[in-house]
Amino acid sequence: MKHLLGLEDATRDDLEAILDDADGFVDVLDRPIPKVPALRGKTVATVFFEPSTRTRLSFERAAKALSADTLSFSPGTSSLSKGESLKDTVLTLRAMGADLMVVRHRAVGAAARVAAWSGVPVVNGGDGAHQHPTQALLDALTVRRHFGKVEGLEVAIVGDIRHSRVARSGVNAFSALGARVTLVAPRTLLPVQVDGWPVAIASSIDEVVRTADVVYLLRVQAERGGTAVFPSLPEYVSRFGLTAERFAAMRPDAVVMHPGPMNRGVEIADEVADDPRSLVLDQVRMGVAVRMAVLFRLLGGENA
Amino acid sequence: MTAILLRGGTVLTGEGAVEADVRVEDGTITALGRDVDTAGAEILDCSGCWVGPGLVDLHVHLREPGQEWKEDVASGSAAAAAGGFTAVVAMPNTDPAIDSGHLAAHIADRGRRVGLVDVAVAGAITAGRAGERLAHLDELWAAGVRVFSDDGDSVADAGLLRRAMEYLADLGAVVAQHAEDVGLSRGGHLHEGAVSARLGMTGIPAEAEETVVARDLALVRLTGVAYHVQHVSTAGTVELVRRAKDEGLPVTAEVAPHHLVLDHTATLGTDSAYKMYPPLRTPDDVAALREALASGVIDAVATDHAPHAAHEKDVPFEEAPRGVTGLETAIPLVLDALDPDIETFFDRMAVRPARIGGLLHHGLLPAVGGPATLSVVDPDVEWVFDQSRSKSRNSPFLGATLRGAARHVVVGGRVSVREGKVAW
Repeated sequence: MKHLLGLEDATRDDLEAILDDADGFVDVLDRPIPKVPALRGKTVATVFFEPSTRTRLSFERAAKALSADTLSFSPGTSSLSKGESLKDTVLTLRAMGADLMVVRHRAVGAAARVAAWSGVPVVNGGDGAHQHPTQALLDALTVRRHFGKVEGLEVAIVGDIRHSRVARSGVNAFSALGARVTLVAPRTLLPVQVDGWPVAIASSIDEVVRTADVVYLLRVQAERGGTAVFPSLPEYVSRFGLTAERFAAMRPDAVVMHPGPMNRGVEIADEVADDPRSLVLDQVRMGVAVRMAVLFRLLGGENA
Repeated sequence: MTAILLRGGTVLTGEGAVEADVRVEDGTITALGRDVDTAGAEILDCSGCWVGPGLVDLHVHLREPGQEWKEDVASGSAAAAAGGFTAVVAMPNTDPAIDSGHLAAHIADRGRRVGLVDVAVAGAITAGRAGERLAHLDELWAAGVRVFSDDGDSVADAGLLRRAMEYLADLGAVVAQHAEDVGLSRGGHLHEGAVSARLGMTGIPAEAEETVVARDLALVRLTGVAYHVQHVSTAGTVELVRRAKDEGLPVTAEVAPHHLVLDHTATLGTDSAYKMYPPLRTPDDVAALREALASGVIDAVATDHAPHAAHEKDVPFEEAPRGVTGLETAIPLVLDALDPDIETFFDRMAVRPARIGGLLHHGLLPAVGGPATLSVVDPDVEWVFDQSRSKSRNSPFLGATLRGAARHVVVGGRVSVREGKVAW
């Protein structure tokens, strides 16, 4: 593996291998001194052209737990406002000694372009609505550790599928690992042509809450209400929100997940977010371990 | 002007294709046949080649004035000549837009000074291409403009378009439409379908083109204007054009070479070389376009040559400008897509485009006494597209091995391409 740009072509073996490594790093993170010298002397650059808190922090935490140094680029404080191109930014960071770049950018394919220009391993930290592979890996790890398996589980992904890189990567990972995936969204929030995707489609959350093992809620991007993809937030909640009543109808062993940040009271009710069967904070913890596994795979071992 | 002898080619004449030599003197064909007098003539070998009317491209972007870092009249003329063309129609989406007579006259004059191909100019339909009021249509007409288009944008306002159609119908001009409903295409970067769904990019549905064409055809019925659909990209538009022609409406259509050979799966790698408007569509659309061009429902091949500088294209797909270069690759792509006979080739590449564009000295089959504006096309030569006379290199075919090229080009009796090399 030279880069991690997406999971569209990932096989079950590829994914299981990364998750197995990540299990080991979960153990590292549970130690009194949660740090190993695996990437000492390496520099991991986080190159984020979009605002992000948890993903950037998670990658930096993962890099530091592997004893790597970090370089941090964000557009607010950069030459970007002076019109510097993405390519020049990337070449500059490379010249400063970045050994790996984690890239987040609003444009689809941005990480792939950076991979072509930079000459160093690239991890896609999110490119437009295309892919967010480490999110899907951490979600799969969370599910695998909770249920002991992914195979055969029913995973319902609810919300703005059309504009979600989390959903696209998630469909790839969960289906490759043998889960049955259902996408739940109004037609305006589904991609226009999903024939050929390994998924079922539902047009109300009520169709899935009683049977799903995992109800995976996507963040409602409130600003999208303005582009008329759904009539209003209350109407969205009435068809797609995980309310306390719907939560009560779920199977007793079923869980709720969310990539964050959550809109409490919209896609997820307050009390559901704080319920023990909400795995949101587990996801955050698994995120660090998965990113350690990815960074180590790209920079350590035989790639060192 | 020295005499020229085009020797040993297959010449497309009014009586069909014949093996003949063509003698040219002072811009006119003086002899056509076997055993033509060679005295005092520069001899150009045409063996294995098709000799026909000079190719005409109804749709190019020469970027002058205002964007000369991408292209200008000189570099665009050289690229056109290299591609076998003797005339091009330059679109008016320049900066400023070509919406008045003096601008059109200036660009046409620049073309004459460069002297490699005839540069005809399309005039804007609306002032500044802003879609709010009519451009200086009479002035443009007086400056020689015969094709009017706001290319790059549709004329969205049906009432304004109707007035333009009425006015231009009186002049005898052609209204050419870049059909794109922005309400349907907004935010879109590629065809809306399985590829856009997978990539998570907003798509441009086929209906963005088809709804505009359908509306416009109703206005053509109302006004009687000669109407030309630019860069047809969907099977649905083909069907609309077919029915309009069956009905007898004065409608013509063009297709770009890249739409004949590529479909939207080419965009899966998010390489901006494959980004253009209209976007690459489905394999079914490609098949419909080929069939329509072969049958003549689509009249003309037009390249939509749209140069952009390397630094502008070397960015993520969604941030790249739309457009690909096309002048130098049109011949091989059309041969590849259609495998046409000599008549069909010159009909769609020269005769009909010249007629649509109102280019009176172009598109005429070689005949004694006729103008010596000719393209000599070698349909079999293999070559690698690794250098370009355009200022820009934004072509998905860069580096590809292609089959078919212009060997010689003669414009008004002057040689602009000799043995595949642009004369200056």
